[in-house]
Amino acid sequence: MITIPAAVDVAALKDTTLLNMGIFALFVAVTMVIVLRASRNNKTAADYYAAGRSFTGSQNGTAIAGDYLSAASFLGITGAIAINGYDGFMYSIGFLVAWLVALLLVAELLRNTGKYTMADVLSFRLRQRPVRIAAAISTLAVCFFYLLAQMAGAGSLISLLLGISDWGGQALVIIVVGALMIMYVLIGGMKGTTWVQIIKACLLIAGAAVMTLWVLAIYGFNLSSLLGGAAEAANNPAVLNPGLQYGKTETSKLDFMSLALALVLGTAALPHVLMRFYTVPTAKEARKSVVWSIGLIGLFYIFTLVLGYGAAALVGADTIKGAPGGVNSAAPLLAFHLGGPLLLGFISAVAFATILAVVAGLTITAAASFAHDIYANVIAKGKADADTEVKVARRTVIVIGILAILGGIFANGQNVAFLVALAFAVAASANLPTIIYSLFWRRFTTQGAVWSMYGGLASAIILIALSPVVSGGATSMIKGANFAVFPLSNPGIVSIPLAFLLGWLGTVLDKRQEDPSKQAEMEVRSLTGVGAEKAVEH
Amino acid sequence: MGNDARTPAAAASADFEEVQATQQFQELRKRHRSFVFPMAIAFLLWYFAYVILAAYAVDFMSTKVWGNINVGIIMGLLQFVTTFAITGWYVSYSNRRLDPIAADIRHGIEGHEYDKSGSSGQGGGAK
Repeated sequence: MITIPAAVDVAALKDTTLLNMGIFALFVAVTMVIVLRASRNNKTAADYYAAGRSFTGSQNGTAIAGDYLSAASFLGITGAIAINGYDGFMYSIGFLVAWLVALLLVAELLRNTGKYTMADVLSFRLRQRPVRIAAAISTLAVCFFYLLAQMAGAGSLISLLLGISDWGGQALVIIVVGALMIMYVLIGGMKGTTWVQIIKACLLIAGAAVMTLWVLAIYGFNLSSLLGGAAEAANNPAVLNPGLQYGKTETSKLDFMSLALALVLGTAALPHVLMRFYTVPTAKEARKSVVWSIGLIGLFYIFTLVLGYGAAALVGADTIKGAPGGVNSAAPLLAFHLGGPLLLGFISAVAFATILAVVAGLTITAAASFAHDIYANVIAKGKADADTEVKVARRTVIVIGILAILGGIFANGQNVAFLVALAFAVAASANLPTIIYSLFWRRFTTQGAVWSMYGGLASAIILIALSPVVSGGATSMIKGANFAVFPLSNPGIVSIPLAFLLGWLGTVLDKRQEDPSKQAEMEVRSLTGVGAEKAVEH
Repeated sequence: MGNDARTPAAAASADFEEVQATQQFQELRKRHRSFVFPMAIAFLLWYFAYVILAAYAVDFMSTKVWGNINVGIIMGLLQFVTTFAITGWYVSYSNRRLDPIAADIRHGIEGHEYDKSGSSGQGGGAK
């Protein structure tokens, strides 16, 4: 290995392009072989959507971590800490604490009452058609926003990691990422997707662990001197204190509250996370999954604290901001500083694998929701056989893949970071109130569910459209126009309470009563697990 | 539709309202709710207390405690500690207080103890 450069020479990054590509190609080859092997037993709908319910809690927990720790977590949070200091760390905490909602209130009850999708649970004791359609629409909306953010992020990541800066070259790489993702999901189904996520989670956490230990070793395993180094390099002791990014004005403080609310309540209602709970055989394994994912995700977010301040201290905020990829380049630049081209190549490949695994998880969720909820239960009115349903799901994968590629190319270079926050806000507003009400409130009715889901979805999207992220600001999506009447960039603080209120109001104003025997069945099944589909034997 | 396409006959023929009314099930529900609701409220309050302090009490959070480590960093790391602790607590509570009674009720239903009168063994589909 070459000697560690004193400061990071950004221009030298281009020389490592071939190595990065090589390591990435190796990852694709290995995972493809595993996906092919895993897919040999894909026969039934339960195989395709829920991996035959054959994963163990620890495997599924690792896959959840792989699904959840997106490029936004790894590159975005490390960069946010490196540049904005403490405020970046607060993302990590919100993303982790949110898992307690999933553990305590959602995971096991959901595993016991559903089959493949979130809509299975929400429509269990309410009228099928309206609730299923609403749940499917909000699932597709969340997946679409999240997917678009990932694909657009792929473009800017490529400019940094592969040194491809022209638009055509980046478009080509987005097409390659999209095509690979379609292949994984088409061939491997949920089983293949899960294995890609497990492998990626292990690589990501191992890579982050090595870098964390390395940074700590440089500072004699003393967190205080690492923080001191970061403050000194930034020439600003305030990087260790909260408020650098969000403390500027009263509006920005409120904006952060709104974001925190969406993060902590949105995670347990993300459809691609919820769908993962169906890949395990029992509620006990679902609980174990969440315990594993809390462990792994928590560990990883502790690493981000060291990596972020390490990048600030060793690379420097100015170098990071000046590099192609900007904030997102903090982690790769730190890897280059520590381990030279080889570690950079490894971390870059992990970042690619991250995008690939996350988009694969989103795509299979969206496809399952369309095929199972919209096609099988609404269009075919429950008369479609499982084979036809899976066929529809596979075709949907191709359509979503192509849409994601086009969206990624179109959104490349746009400021779309708000889309991830929007996905969480929509999940927290449109999905969580109805999940909680239908699991815990006996009186809850169809009208309440429909009002809450559409109200939450519409208010989150409308408020974003009227916010400074879309118009009226220096970094807005639409320049030269100003219709930003809503001052916050995060709609959660309004849309989440509104959706809870609508769910309550819709229910108390509903003249129709729901079938008490279905309520009894759902409650007994959710708590005891009776009748839940067991693992499929192969 | 959807949900119970593969439901075992026992679950399809059971009278769930009868199960729901049993004292054993009421006890299970009480144990579940009396743990998860207070715990969910507690961790949400603790998390939002932390977020509000970070936004509105910057001076307090910036107080140095040990070297460069300030109150904010300690409280942030404590969020990790409490998350792990609540997780462990819930798992041990479920194993001791929820799983045995849930399994008992489940076996009762699967053993056709709560079948609807006149439909035992038919499993005519709940929907």
